[in-house]
Amino acid sequence: MTDEPLLRVSELSKFYGSRVGCEAISFDLWPGEVLAVVGESGSGKTTLLNCLSTRLLPSSGTASYRMRDGQWRELYRMSEAERRFLMRTDWGFVHQNPADGLRMTVSAGANVGERLMAVGDRHYGRIRATAVDWLSRVEIDEDRIDDEPRAFSGGMRQRLQIARNLVTGPRLVFMDEPTGGLDVSVQARLLDLLRGLVTDLGLAAIVVTHDLAVARLLSQRMMVMKDGRVVESGLTDRVLDDPRAPYTQLLVSSILQV
Amino acid sequence: MATPLVVSDVAKSFTMHLRDGVTLPVVAGVSFSIRAGECAVLGGPSGAGKSSILKMLYGNYAVDEGQIIVQHAGGLIDVASANPRAVLAIRRQTIGYVSQFLRTVPRVPALDVVAEPLVERGADREAARDKARELLSQLNLPEKLWALPPATFSGGEQQRVNIARGFITEHPILLLDEPTASLDAKNRDVVVELIAGKKAAGVALLGIFHDQDVRDAVADRIIDVTAFAAGRVAA
Repeated sequence: MTDEPLLRVSELSKFYGSRVGCEAISFDLWPGEVLAVVGESGSGKTTLLNCLSTRLLPSSGTASYRMRDGQWRELYRMSEAERRFLMRTDWGFVHQNPADGLRMTVSAGANVGERLMAVGDRHYGRIRATAVDWLSRVEIDEDRIDDEPRAFSGGMRQRLQIARNLVTGPRLVFMDEPTGGLDVSVQARLLDLLRGLVTDLGLAAIVVTHDLAVARLLSQRMMVMKDGRVVESGLTDRVLDDPRAPYTQLLVSSILQV
Repeated sequence: MATPLVVSDVAKSFTMHLRDGVTLPVVAGVSFSIRAGECAVLGGPSGAGKSSILKMLYGNYAVDEGQIIVQHAGGLIDVASANPRAVLAIRRQTIGYVSQFLRTVPRVPALDVVAEPLVERGADREAARDKARELLSQLNLPEKLWALPPATFSGGEQQRVNIARGFITEHPILLLDEPTASLDAKNRDVVVELIAGKKAAGVALLGIFHDQDVRDAVADRIIDVTAFAAGRVAA
């Protein structure tokens, strides 16, 4: 276990004109740690995720990332090309809608293989073998490898998107409502799969979700956002079992019991 | 040998913001310590704050005041003020906890639920499963259930999975929140034996047991929680 974080975020803010996207967000993320960001729609959690993944540039604040060679780099000072390279190799981004993260008109195998080619692998047989391996890890039958994701169900598409993201062995994965819009039974399967992969691969992840059950199952640490600010943060089970902020108490008390 | 767990002047209240910020005091001035090889039992009526004390020691509830000092990783650390990462490390290595109810994860078989804490501590998966089998058979959980996820098990079956999960590791401190509540006499006796084994191994145990027989069989000392009753409503 390393004693250095992977990501350091300090006073990150994003304003849309005079409107607040997210404001004064600071935290550290360690290797192998899963951080859940919860809050209702409009709370700024997706803005924060987009800033962290450099899909959006913040108005102020800094975020530093520890590269594989141990060097700290400030994300917003990197060149566009460097950021793209990071995104393709060391990071993953799992979108709520798989269509945003997949190429819908190329085969499932190509969707997974494309990320490998992006990091320089050119050996067709090896790429295909790795693709088959990853499809089986996300529980997609090998005989679907030449099908396009258009022909897949929602749950399968989401599993394919996960395989596409993890095939390059990233150290940090961003997830935006990874189980949103799926049936409950499909959700359970996906969550279990994600939980296993995150543990086995020692991934660090930042998961944005409005579903507190998803946060409890996947994350060790949690930040609760409201109106662009973090109103409470801490150990996930502590925040959920002993919520202190008025808004967190409201969120927790609003969960439907089954 | 230093004392594994020292609690001093711990206070806890809940502020209910949804009910006009009314403050419910739970406990105040909680002070005690547990020696290695000793089993102390929290006594007092329901609502006295016994479970809340256990949850604070485990870092599951926030602590308003006071210190919870544990011997951890060759030093001393205060659970009450430790950051989330430190609390996770304390749970992995130092403090084990058997909760009243098992929180199940979809699709994970009972055997792996039990083996997981050992694997997290770096044990070989197969060795951990062997140990899990041993405990589950000791607790008389039918073998045909081992490969199934516990979500659909009966209360008593889930509790035995939970106990096995809590006892499988060698945490030097073990917290027990009514581990025998839904067990029959035979399995209660097994739990009493397991606790005796932990005491012999030098583990510091703190538990809540409503069952008089079990309490008499395991308790070296009763800590009366009514002595820590919090003052009047502050708000």
